[in-house]
Amino acid sequence: MRDELKKRVVKTPDGQELEIEPLRDYYCEAPPTVMPAAYSKIVEGLFNWARAESLWILGFGTGCGAIEMRPLMTPRFDAYRYGIQWRPTPRQANLFVISGYLSVKTLKRVIRSYEQMQNPKYVVGLGSCTINGGMYFDSYNTITRLDEYLPVDVYIAGCMPRPEALLSGFEELKRIIKSGKAEGANRYAENFDWYKANQKRVIQDWDMPDYNW
Amino acid sequence: MAYRPDRSQYPSRKADGSLDIDLTSGKYLKLWQGPQHPGITGNMAVELTVCGDEVVEGKTHVGYLHRGFEKLMERRTFIQCFPIVCRICVPEPDFNEYCYAVAVEELAGIEVPERAHWIRTLILEMGRINSYLMYLGGQAGALGQGVIGQWTTYVRDLMLDRFEELTGARIYHMFIMPGGVRDGLPDGFHKRMKKTLREIEKTLDDVEDVMFNNAVFKKRTVGLGYIDPALLDTYGVTGPTARAAGVAKDVRKDQPYLVYPELDFEPVVGRDSDVYTRADVRRRDLLMSVDLIRQILAKMPDEGPVMTELPNVLHWKIPRGETYVRGECSRGEYGYYLVTDGSGYPRRVNVRGPSYTHAMALLERLIVNCNISDVAALMVSLHTYPPEIER
Amino acid sequence: MRQISMRELYEILKQIFPLGELTEQRSNLAFITVDRAQLRPLLLHLRDREGFTHLVLLTAVDWIEDGSFQLTYLLCDRLGQRDLGLRVMLPRDGAAMESIHDLWPTAATYQRELREMFGIAFPESPRVEEDFILEGWTGTPPYRRDFDTLKYSNETFAPRPGRETRDPEGYMKEQLYPDGN
Repeated sequence: MRDELKKRVVKTPDGQELEIEPLRDYYCEAPPTVMPAAYSKIVEGLFNWARAESLWILGFGTGCGAIEMRPLMTPRFDAYRYGIQWRPTPRQANLFVISGYLSVKTLKRVIRSYEQMQNPKYVVGLGSCTINGGMYFDSYNTITRLDEYLPVDVYIAGCMPRPEALLSGFEELKRIIKSGKAEGANRYAENFDWYKANQKRVIQDWDMPDYNW
Repeated sequence: MAYRPDRSQYPSRKADGSLDIDLTSGKYLKLWQGPQHPGITGNMAVELTVCGDEVVEGKTHVGYLHRGFEKLMERRTFIQCFPIVCRICVPEPDFNEYCYAVAVEELAGIEVPERAHWIRTLILEMGRINSYLMYLGGQAGALGQGVIGQWTTYVRDLMLDRFEELTGARIYHMFIMPGGVRDGLPDGFHKRMKKTLREIEKTLDDVEDVMFNNAVFKKRTVGLGYIDPALLDTYGVTGPTARAAGVAKDVRKDQPYLVYPELDFEPVVGRDSDVYTRADVRRRDLLMSVDLIRQILAKMPDEGPVMTELPNVLHWKIPRGETYVRGECSRGEYGYYLVTDGSGYPRRVNVRGPSYTHAMALLERLIVNCNISDVAALMVSLHTYPPEIER
Repeated sequence: MRQISMRELYEILKQIFPLGELTEQRSNLAFITVDRAQLRPLLLHLRDREGFTHLVLLTAVDWIEDGSFQLTYLLCDRLGQRDLGLRVMLPRDGAAMESIHDLWPTAATYQRELREMFGIAFPESPRVEEDFILEGWTGTPPYRRDFDTLKYSNETFAPRPGRETRDPEGYMKEQLYPDGN
């Protein structure tokens, strides 16, 4: 664990001594809760339509799949016309595209970024390596199944998938959202302990709070 | 009035050479740029310690893309390694295939037909253009000029189309095999390639107008990130970064490989060794690649085999030996160190990516005294791709 | 100036330093086995007198059956268009080596990687004990030959069921010659 995360006593400028424990003090530790559907089916349908038409992707290229994101952003494939755009921070995004293999070190950052995203949120696994490890099935440093650690809504197979495949995957995600079946965030909340146990089994050096908003 | 940094707050050095930074004093702030950050090249992180707006210490953190290729290749046969090597570096995968193929050919004693050499050179130059186009977009994007990225990504896509008709894939081509290349050029490739090259040149004219003649771009990049030419060898700097410092380091000229001796070119050299010069050297190098592709298309033979007859790949055994093969990729010297032990599997493969030295020791040195807002531009100007650091 | 061959260079060096065997791979690439104690003076001599100013790479090979690690220092003389690799053999148990980060600052990075991936100690190298690529790794260093990556992956990452692995040779035989000829 890094020094700045350890429990310690600090002195304030006016001379007080404070005991701080960064992992507990700076984060809200309450686990996520299940978000109930809206009170009426029509309203929920309207919400889902709105959610499906504004997929904002977190700009975090976790693997080599990130290279096909760039053509998607530009006039040739132009994902913006489907209401898809890229945002720099997790707070502004609701879709996390895991672009390819995840090494254990990145998995840790991905979990933090995912938990900081606002509900409702969706995960798309891009590339064969998120499904079963793909080319790296025997690597000691890449996970083989993404859905053990995060709730995945859509997988896009291929190594690497073409931009058209990505667009079709996003269309599929929209269809799922509109039919009200994209309940990834709720699944994560319901099976929170199972997900955390899986994550902790893989990440050797767990120096972060269990949940961070 | 010229900007004068206030150095009075700077940390002093301890006896062991490390900086005396007391984070609780409130003078310094620790700031992570990356891995989830739009202003970072790929998936890596720089841990900055800042004093006001200035960086006093930067540490590069890598390993987010580590797949352990060198280990995975040890348990794959020589031919099974071939499809995975290109995945080491995404923007310019062909150098991995080329270096691996040549290393295997050298140790196994395989001769490659003449026409395969020409096609290999063509592919490598096409990959170089792709990589540079991506760089130009990134460099302009790091300084807030998003439109350059839109243009260059568009022409890069045209080049990807050429790759697709030649190899069948956009990103991972898996085309340069030990023994030659998989196929010859398709019909009408020359004509479509020339059209793409014209398109690229047209776009680069626009890029020169909008990016290189832009007052803001000049003001922010001229003088930023100066690398002393005397430090090049100490820090293992190669490629355009070294050429921008006035040293004509170019493997294509220094140790010519493939058909480069038959092509007419001079390494592009800059003078000022700052971010602006590095961008300019890469732009001119890109134009040189366009010219090289034209020369290749004009000079290459149209007929002839592209692949040697190989023995059954399942029974390949390569005698004990070791070799190092290098090529000039868009970022610098790319090399493969291959050790064989007489079995059907490589004993050890070591990939020497240029980013290894650029992004670690060199970046950590250059980043000191730089402003936070310039960190992204500086990092992009070294043109680093994290996957080749950690493989 | 006439370009001297790698063998001539070897003969010149041999008059100053005790050297091991020479392997000429190409006309411009050779490998020399060196004693551990000779490495540093030899590197200095090559860098300052012979023009090998560029450290291309520093890596290790695990010869587990001989119980030794081979460290390869590859130097490049750009103007002379030649490369020279120096091989240093280390015992595998408790492997440790002197650091050369003061000759080439980039060597510190290579040494950090070797420390982590092979478990070779470089006592004086800066930040060598910090994590470089892996995070919180406690087991066998992964690039050692006795580390089985497939076994580790299967035990740790819960592979998705349904993956078939075939021996390529047997499978191709079965596909191409189903009647066994």
